[in-house]
Amino acid sequence: MRDFLRKIFLVDLLEGLWVTLRAQHPKNIVTEQYPAARPKVAERYRGAPRLNINPENGETLCIACDLCALACPENLIVVGWERNAETKRKELTTFTYDTSRCMFCGLCEDACPVDALELTQDFELASYSREGQIFDRQILEEGIHPTPYKH
Amino acid sequence: MPETFLDSTELVLNMGPQHPSTHGVLRVIVKLDGEKVTGTECVIGYLHRGVEKIGENRTYAMFNPYVDRMDYVAAVSNGLGYCLAVEQLLKVEAPARAQVVRVILTELNRIASHLLWLGTHALDIGALTPLFYCMREREDIMMIFEKYCGARLTTHAFRIGGLQYETYQGFEQECLEFCDKMLPRVDEYEELLTGNRIWQQRLVNVGVLSAADCKAYGVTGPMLRAAGEKWDLRKAQPYSGYETYDFEIPTRTNADSFDRYMVRIEEMRQSVRIIQQGVGRLEAGPVMAKVPKVIKPPVGEAYVSIEAPKGELGYYIVSDGSTQPYRVRVRPPSFVNLQSLDKMARGGLVADLVAVIGTIDIVLGEVDR
Repeated sequence: MRDFLRKIFLVDLLEGLWVTLRAQHPKNIVTEQYPAARPKVAERYRGAPRLNINPENGETLCIACDLCALACPENLIVVGWERNAETKRKELTTFTYDTSRCMFCGLCEDACPVDALELTQDFELASYSREGQIFDRQILEEGIHPTPYKH
Repeated sequence: MPETFLDSTELVLNMGPQHPSTHGVLRVIVKLDGEKVTGTECVIGYLHRGVEKIGENRTYAMFNPYVDRMDYVAAVSNGLGYCLAVEQLLKVEAPARAQVVRVILTELNRIASHLLWLGTHALDIGALTPLFYCMREREDIMMIFEKYCGARLTTHAFRIGGLQYETYQGFEQECLEFCDKMLPRVDEYEELLTGNRIWQQRLVNVGVLSAADCKAYGVTGPMLRAAGEKWDLRKAQPYSGYETYDFEIPTRTNADSFDRYMVRIEEMRQSVRIIQQGVGRLEAGPVMAKVPKVIKPPVGEAYVSIEAPKGELGYYIVSDGSTQPYRVRVRPPSFVNLQSLDKMARGGLVADLVAVIGTIDIVLGEVDR
């Protein structure tokens, strides 16, 4: 009898509707208004790569050891260097990072012994061309500048 | 036979590969007699990337991020299986703290995977609302992953020999908060679906696969447990210290789609229990075992299988003593479970076929690899 009444009065459906109704409360709204309000991603977020420079003298921290290029599963890092005739040290000349093939696994970052290469919190990596996805040393040092969203 | 206007012949239809309820790029060739399905055949391979072959050209550490991309809904479980297999080859074991963190993260991932399954399965059946609620809770898990390892979906959370990252400030707190929030939310899903007459009519006695059939097809995971078989690799062959956790294996006996739903719902609750226990066990200590920089396992082979959210996930790795694996073979649960589609769908209606595909819980990235 009870089951019959439950069925007649659509209790099972009303119970579900009550859940839906509860979620309508403004307190329970969780949608992010993405381009208008940008989320703050976590500190460890693996986004656009950056080649850090020494803030004191503006020189690159990279020692051109090539470990990141060796660690990369996709072989997308190319490190160019030449030996300084006076100091006998390797000096970084070019650095290419192909983000179009990158899967942001973070192995290059882990491999870097001097914390020069870093995956940053920038996550807006869209580009109009394939060439735009290939970061050279200048972009890597200055960082990407995505166009900000305007209302 | 004279041709008539209402001639009844068998009709062959392609379902997919772009059909929204095939969960990716699965193509099912369906033989129909009116509304009745008289036969199905799966065509797979649309998402084939040759992951196993890629593994032969990468070093052991380099291949680690690729395994995340097979079952991308449960990337952490994939990473765990691979790391355990290589660790067995190397004969190292992850430190205690690393193992606890691994258990917490894989259980979080199990909940995330089941949530996505529940949301999309309900969506296929016609219940749109649960999807949004499931995504809401999944977002919390994704945030924990993002804060822990920097990525949300393809996490690359574990490394061979332990963990790369120490847990972040407030990790335990957030996990416990999530657990507390999750249990009432699971009740909420049940309120929405379990008693719902449409949900029951669409799922009860649809896609029945008995325990004997499950074993014949090699079907594992929630599908096997819904058939009444108490088989869970976390209990049957414990790894990462699962034998010390107190949890139950939910089973049901009807072996239909509805029971699989109930099993997965209950598994979410059990996972919450495991996470709560795991957080209590976190003690300070190293997170990385002594693993050489260049991983060169001795000649040999290892097979490690773990209980992924979808079933038994196995990694068989053959080492020839070099830095790269000689062969990596993956035993993906989705691929094996998908075989049972024909058995379950035959004799049912077209609408049931959608429910049957949903109830297997496949990820095409894993089926095709």
